[in-house]
Amino acid sequence: MQLTLWTYEGPPHIGAMRVATAMTGLHYVLHAPQGDTYADLLFTMIERRDARPPVTYTTFRAQDLGRDTAELFKTSVAAAYARFQPQAMIVGASCTAELIQDDPGGLAKALDLPIPVIPLELPAYQKKENWGASETFYRLVRALAGPASPRSPDEPRQRPLCNILGPTALGFRHRDDLIEIRRLLDTLGIAVNVVAPLGASPADLGRLKDADFNVVLYPETARSAAEYLRKSFGQPFTKEVPLGVGATNRFVAEVAALAGIDPAPVLDGPGSRLPWYSRSVDSTYLTGKRVFVFGDATHAIGIARMAARELGFTVVGLGTYGREFAREVRAEAAEHGIEALITDDYLDVEAAIRAAAPELVLGTQMERHVAKRLGIPCAVISAPIHVQDFPARYAPQMGFEGANVLFDTLVHPLMMGLEEHLLGMFREDPEFHDGVGPSHLGGTPFEAPPVAAPVPPAPPSPAVAPILLEEAVTITDAPWAPEAERELKKIPFFVRGKARSNTEKFARERRLPLITLETLYDAKAHYGR
Amino acid sequence: MAACGGIDLHQEHGQRAVFCGLTGIVWLHRKIQDAFFLVVGSRTCAHLIQSAAGVMIFAEPRFATAIIDERDLAGIADANEELDRVVTRLIERRPDIKLLFLVGSCPSEVIKLDLSRAAQRLSGRLAPVRVLNYSGSGIETTFTQGEDACLAALVPELPRAPAEEAPALLIVGALADVVEDQFLRILSAMGIADVRFLPARRAGAMPAVGRNTRYLLAQPFLADTARALDERGARRLAAPFPLGAEGTTGWLRAAAEAFGIDDATFAAATAAGRARAETALAPHRDKLGGKRVFFFPDSQLEVPLARFLARELGVALVEVGTPYLHRAHLAAEIEWLPAGTRVTEGQSLDDQMDRCRAARPDLTVCGLGLANPLEAEGLSTKWSIELLFTPVQGYEQAGDLAELFARPLRRRALLEV
Repeated sequence: MQLTLWTYEGPPHIGAMRVATAMTGLHYVLHAPQGDTYADLLFTMIERRDARPPVTYTTFRAQDLGRDTAELFKTSVAAAYARFQPQAMIVGASCTAELIQDDPGGLAKALDLPIPVIPLELPAYQKKENWGASETFYRLVRALAGPASPRSPDEPRQRPLCNILGPTALGFRHRDDLIEIRRLLDTLGIAVNVVAPLGASPADLGRLKDADFNVVLYPETARSAAEYLRKSFGQPFTKEVPLGVGATNRFVAEVAALAGIDPAPVLDGPGSRLPWYSRSVDSTYLTGKRVFVFGDATHAIGIARMAARELGFTVVGLGTYGREFAREVRAEAAEHGIEALITDDYLDVEAAIRAAAPELVLGTQMERHVAKRLGIPCAVISAPIHVQDFPARYAPQMGFEGANVLFDTLVHPLMMGLEEHLLGMFREDPEFHDGVGPSHLGGTPFEAPPVAAPVPPAPPSPAVAPILLEEAVTITDAPWAPEAERELKKIPFFVRGKARSNTEKFARERRLPLITLETLYDAKAHYGR
Repeated sequence: MAACGGIDLHQEHGQRAVFCGLTGIVWLHRKIQDAFFLVVGSRTCAHLIQSAAGVMIFAEPRFATAIIDERDLAGIADANEELDRVVTRLIERRPDIKLLFLVGSCPSEVIKLDLSRAAQRLSGRLAPVRVLNYSGSGIETTFTQGEDACLAALVPELPRAPAEEAPALLIVGALADVVEDQFLRILSAMGIADVRFLPARRAGAMPAVGRNTRYLLAQPFLADTARALDERGARRLAAPFPLGAEGTTGWLRAAAEAFGIDDATFAAATAAGRARAETALAPHRDKLGGKRVFFFPDSQLEVPLARFLARELGVALVEVGTPYLHRAHLAAEIEWLPAGTRVTEGQSLDDQMDRCRAARPDLTVCGLGLANPLEAEGLSTKWSIELLFTPVQGYEQAGDLAELFARPLRRRALLEV
């Protein structure tokens, strides 16, 4: 058993729902107890969908367990077919139905419906949402893409043809990434055959094999299916995920190579504003800003790379909750000279953020709240996300416009250079005085309470988080001389916490009995970067 | 169709779009301030609570899920050891917790993990922390029935009131603190001095119960809790539920009659509240009067809410869905519903949606999985969960309650694009 408060991913049948809801003409019958219908509201509320997900639940109850839940399942499948007349169906069990061991696939087959009915095996006690989405999409493609065959010799085509694989319902910015990538492909002169699962019908999956190659936008959901299409129809697929300017350029080159065409129409085009914005002098202050990145593997890797190479940040933490892609994240972390954090426990992530003491956190909804608690600026770069990250405005992450969006997203939580400079200059002014934190953080800068000489450490406030990892071993710190304490207050508040902890660490390592003015400046010289 | 009072009662079977009882944790943990709710379940359970609790999850709330994994399924003995380990660790981290609920889920019920024995075992080991258990599983409970199961688990633990004690009034069902305080002031003005609440705000302050306890249900979904209280010798006061001015008066009157309060004192204690409720309701009557309202089943609050809307605001009821209709507890409510009101117990979701679409009501009260899809079809909706999370009982909240229904209609009229 694992004690869990926050989960980064839902159970695997939620992944299957994300695929089913993304598609048209497909219906999902889920053997599940009453109550599991809560999942509908993720789609109708968070993504603001205007229709119910195409999912029928058996919603069995205790009294049904004594009778025949298998019969209930069959009735539900038959009723869903009669009502919705889908082109194909998927059937499966949620965690509880997995335990009662009815066989959804076999039961549905016995009904002998005139459409493909694809059974899903989603082990709810081992796997999670992204795996469920990937597996569902793979099973659908396997069942509906048609028999494996060597590709027929191409009749001459006017334009190269590709599929776009990966976008789902409830995906982080999938809607707009797709628009952006379609635009890139169009500029290159590549036609899009099928986009799947988002917007595709089961019949569309039957046309997948007509394409020359596949563009995989989200490996978490589409890599298995792409591998299958490569083996069965010889379609190569893209490995580069176009997050950031460099990755977009590499993606364009990769796509052009697969299509056998010239990438120049895109690469010589206007591109992104990011390179100039990042070079403009106001961005100098971004240099070496310490950034902690956590999310799904694809976004974490892509955005860490971009943060380091395109914004000049220092990546001090990198991790993912998606164990399926741990190897890739470890490799990327090694590039930044750090060790990857692979965990789905947000308390571990919180501990790692505290330890890394970043100046910016890029993560999911959870990291947003951890950062808020710690008083660190933060931006959201990955699912899971709440309703505000399904924006009305155009907000891709991928491609050149995505890079523009990312520049703004990553920089806005930080104080811009000029603003930071002015705040430092006018720090004695009443509007910028000590106690005022950055306005977007609710005015509560994260800083240890000042400890006066003889006073023991402050007792933990009753409002403090209930489930906390043990703090680092407490070592009694040297007291601050009043003079040093006063000097510390003159340091701008946004770097003061860092100065305090550095000085105390410096004093601790040297076993100094008192922190004096000299200690403060000795430490500054020691740690100065 | 069946006869039940003067209403047109239908029972329906099929797909249900409802929450399971685990959801009750979201408001119960706010009410009992030193209790912790540990769900023993699957990732689905954790994900459900996370989705239902919304941003509340970030306030480091006093609930969590012990997620059963493959290894636990391999052998039940292991699952018990695992549970002990998780609970011990939890209590070490949260020394402020006085009462721990082990909350059963569908997976824990299906594998027959004996949480009541686990609770006994852990109560011994973790004393003075009390460990209780109840089931919030979807196979057994619908939404608010989770609170019923929780309170019913508390009842056998309540202190015994001395036999010679003067009659005391017990108010049963979690209410917002502000509402509790309002009721306390009115009852005190009537001269009913000993008023207790179940649940209390702290584990150590749970009310005593005995033969001289008279209890009033503040919520319509407390069947098992009432049964457990009856077994302890307490007696239920039949009453409507305190929604709207009329419901509140009826509810308070039941207490007044049981405690022998004369009419003049009752009128004096309630006059100001009734007048204020009347003032607050009047403007909503114009907006809601004559509007046709359709309730999907959700919380069992549907019947009292429909009664309030029909009688105090002049609403026309198209259909009143309820997950479960407790005929005895709702007798006064059923009596007050307009004759011939269609009440549907249970649900067949798609059929009910067909009826709703065909009727095209002015306002549909439904869950969040249905609200936006119905709005997109041009139907105004009021999402029903808010009726649980918002203080709506009593005189002072009557206007707010009407406002919750009037707002979607006002908004629709406002929007030009």
